Amino acid sequence: MIKTEDLRKDFAVRVKSGRFRREKRTVEAVAGVSLNIGAGEMVGYIGPNGAGKSTTLKMLTGVLSPSGGQVEVCGLRPVPQRTKLALRIGVVFGQRSQLWWDLPLGESFALLRHIYRVPAAEHRERLRRCRELLDLDGFMDTPVRQLSLGQRMRGELTAALLHGPRVLFLDEPTIGLDVVSKQAVRSFLAELGGTGDVTLVLTTHDLADIERLCERLVVIDHGRVVHDGTIEALHARYGSRRSLVADLSSPLPEGFELPGATLIGVEADRHRVTFALDGVTAGAAVADLVAAVPIRDLSVVEPDIEDVVARLYVSGAP
Amino acid sequence: MGELRAYAALAGAQARSVFSYRSSFVIELVGNVGATVFDVLTVLVLFRATDRIGGFTLPEALLMAGITSAGFALADFVVGNVDRLKTYVRAGTLDAVLVRPLAALPQLLLMDLPIRKLVRVVFGFGVLAVAIGLNDPDWTPARVSLIVLAPLSCAVFMGSIFVISASLAFWWVDSGELGSAFTYGGKDFASYPITVYGPAFRGLFAYALGFAFISYQPALALLGRADPLGLPSWAGFAAPVAAFAVAAVAAGVWRTGIRHYRSTGS
Repeated sequence: MIKTEDLRKDFAVRVKSGRFRREKRTVEAVAGVSLNIGAGEMVGYIGPNGAGKSTTLKMLTGVLSPSGGQVEVCGLRPVPQRTKLALRIGVVFGQRSQLWWDLPLGESFALLRHIYRVPAAEHRERLRRCRELLDLDGFMDTPVRQLSLGQRMRGELTAALLHGPRVLFLDEPTIGLDVVSKQAVRSFLAELGGTGDVTLVLTTHDLADIERLCERLVVIDHGRVVHDGTIEALHARYGSRRSLVADLSSPLPEGFELPGATLIGVEADRHRVTFALDGVTAGAAVADLVAAVPIRDLSVVEPDIEDVVARLYVSGAP
Repeated sequence: MGELRAYAALAGAQARSVFSYRSSFVIELVGNVGATVFDVLTVLVLFRATDRIGGFTLPEALLMAGITSAGFALADFVVGNVDRLKTYVRAGTLDAVLVRPLAALPQLLLMDLPIRKLVRVVFGFGVLAVAIGLNDPDWTPARVSLIVLAPLSCAVFMGSIFVISASLAFWWVDSGELGSAFTYGGKDFASYPITVYGPAFRGLFAYALGFAFISYQPALALLGRADPLGLPSWAGFAAPVAAFAVAAVAAGVWRTGIRHYRSTGS
């Protein structure tokens, strides 16, 4: 559905180098990204600020022309076939609106039907579904400028889907939203992606979006892909492990060793211990621990994706 | 067909948006009448000091001013708001336009269609009608077609200049008011008989940039007067050619510009 090969984008930036002199310098915003995304996939595209996420997305949607490399979306070349491609993709830019600022939300939807030339019956059916799932009924007649950010974002999502796109690009769809609105947007996207009809590509800084929605994670830094695979693969690669936290009834004996696990934390007079699990199952580790010391309480902690990604960003720096 | 309906829907949306702020619309409307009236008043005031300007009488000069005024008002109404492009480029709002299945330029124009400027169009054509009445030309089929073609060619010409000067924003975000020198400056230039200007200035604006062909030459042809500057009489019919040439340049500049669009962060 989406194919890029060594995709690049350079920007010429003029930098002051003297009182009147300016030097021209080339900045590589995207420096050779190769991706292959199949139909129905849900892909999270993340990276620190300025990594080239939005630039990539803009090249995929035909907004920016690439400086080099190949790009193909829905079998089309985005810039030369921009208007044709626009009929097959939906785009939500978290910080730009597709809606008519001064008109009621419902009118924006009616206008989009004309712009995308959608048959009335199809339009009605898609709108009905969105109204239901995104709970739009309360503010269909409110001018967009008076909507809250959460309401507007639900409107933007609907606007991007009314023409039945095959691919949906979301650039930071949850930015600035409160917890409830974030949940609403996420569960809507999860439902949408679950049908397998739409390919989803989303950029975000909120990794909870990714954990909830995307099986595949592409991490970009300084214009280059530094990881492409599942979240588990990322953990495996960076050695992040699940850990077992246990509250003990009596202190942990000195020199105690748990097979297949490493003791990484001791607190409260050796009454609370943390083991990192290296390849051993949580069940086996718990059994071994209970056999040695009586346990009051325990929990298995999943590795924190934020930590992994933060490490990735730092190690990727030149 | 579907595309035309889409554009009509865009224009309708703009109209409804504007009318949602009713009082500010009325104020702008009144302001626009004022601005347009002053354009013609300047020509009239000049003739209080002298009865001939560059060898032309008031009605003759008014015909040139009338063609320019009608053509420019039409161009300004349809295309003039393209100079807001620099705001869109700076803010990156153009992204939203580029992800829709329609050509970018018509979308931009219709999304901002300045309905208040319609008054200027009516006024501009009114001046032209009065000027024609005062001159009472000898009507031949060629002149009848010219009176229709001249203001339209002028509009296409001016509209293209608007697009070219706005496109500067793709390369140079703070192009500021540089473009206005050619749009509003060109309109002022073409409002007077070009015989009043010095040779160097006239050479540049009238012939190199082509502003002589949008009102001065057609007016001569309508009046049946020989050009004191020596161009043959068919030059009056060159208006559509000049308009077409500038429109082709504008289309090229726009297309190149949009490939240069850099958008903004996130």
